[in-house]
Amino acid sequence: MSNKIKIATTSLAGCFGCHMSFLDIDERITALAEVVEFDRSPLTDIEHCGPCDIGLIEGGVCNSENVHVLREFRKNCKVLVAVGACAINGGLPALRNFVSVEACLLEAYRDGIGVDNPQIPNDPELPLLLDKVHPIHEIVKVDYFMPGCPPSADVFWTFLSALIEGREPSLPYELVHYD
Amino acid sequence: MSGTLTIDGKTIPFAEGQSVIEAARCAGIYIPHLCHRPGYAPHGSCKLCTVFVNGRKTSACTFPAAANQNVVSDTPELKQDRLRLTQMLFVEGNHFCPSCEKSGNCQLQGVAYHLRMLDNHYPHFYPQREVDASHPDILLDHNRCIFCNLCVRASRDKDGKNVFAIAGRGINKRLIVNSASGKLKDSAISVEDEATRVCPTGAILIKRSGYQLPIGQRLYDQHQISEVALSMQDDHEQ
Repeated sequence: MSNKIKIATTSLAGCFGCHMSFLDIDERITALAEVVEFDRSPLTDIEHCGPCDIGLIEGGVCNSENVHVLREFRKNCKVLVAVGACAINGGLPALRNFVSVEACLLEAYRDGIGVDNPQIPNDPELPLLLDKVHPIHEIVKVDYFMPGCPPSADVFWTFLSALIEGREPSLPYELVHYD
Repeated sequence: MSGTLTIDGKTIPFAEGQSVIEAARCAGIYIPHLCHRPGYAPHGSCKLCTVFVNGRKTSACTFPAAANQNVVSDTPELKQDRLRLTQMLFVEGNHFCPSCEKSGNCQLQGVAYHLRMLDNHYPHFYPQREVDASHPDILLDHNRCIFCNLCVRASRDKDGKNVFAIAGRGINKRLIVNSASGKLKDSAISVEDEATRVCPTGAILIKRSGYQLPIGQRLYDQHQISEVALSMQDDHEQ
């Protein structure tokens, strides 16, 4: 058990689409489970990341909690991987970078069409929004990048196989996609 | 003057007046580029085609081919330069491929795929840029403009209209439209114009023509940009 490679995964400002695509490796997941075990991940519900070999980060950084989680992953993971368009360039959530946070909140919670009981959420438990959404390499050192929206199951498989076998990952032309 | 030159150790012929990049293309050798297009006056702005000619770095699209030149293009150093230049283009604009109609058919993307660009390396600018959707048939999205000048050259040299120009410098550089309002709808452009078809990215798009092919069947899903560029016809020879 302890010889298994430990992987942690999380979705920051992402849609979990990358995680869904990861699960699209289908039956290959049984071969993967022979050699890896999951630490913190939506697949395990473990809340905090312990020392890990590989950390997979989906999504960019849009709020204070994202920053803390990302730093926790960086501290604990030997190899940190940016997974998908949002982690790499901010992706769809970064489209709010062209609007102020105030305008964004007002549109979503007060002035937008169909808003019921308009009020800006301000519960102290809610993480504060950053003024802009950032790709993760602007916050921490990132070792590898898996582009795609989402990266296909074959990208996950090709990439993780290489990392697990101690080879330098490299993607053939047909697996490099930004959409 | 014509004769031969060598590129990456291979001897190739060239014709009078050819640039290094055109001589290479005619010999079936791809040198990455974005602002160059066969049949168009060279512009030399994207710098992706930078090669060594007799030991000195120069743009292959602007440098005239000459007898006995020793051209070096395929080196790890030049590949790395090309990767970094492409990454700068990505962070300088707003290139969100998943929501762009040009995705799969975009030369910026095609070059980046060819260079196996996996990340953008630099911090993002996220510049504030406009979308001009005023024209009934043509969309101008400044977020995706890489200032290659191809639409400027197409409108001026092919369409005879001078619809576009590049204004400003540095981070304030922008594509401007020749009309009183500055809007595309008040310009002389029309949907048949060459200027509407040369944009390497999704900055200038014909409306209602996007997403014709599903993912997997688009140009750069099927072919590397190196093949596509080498198969380009010289149908706009000046």
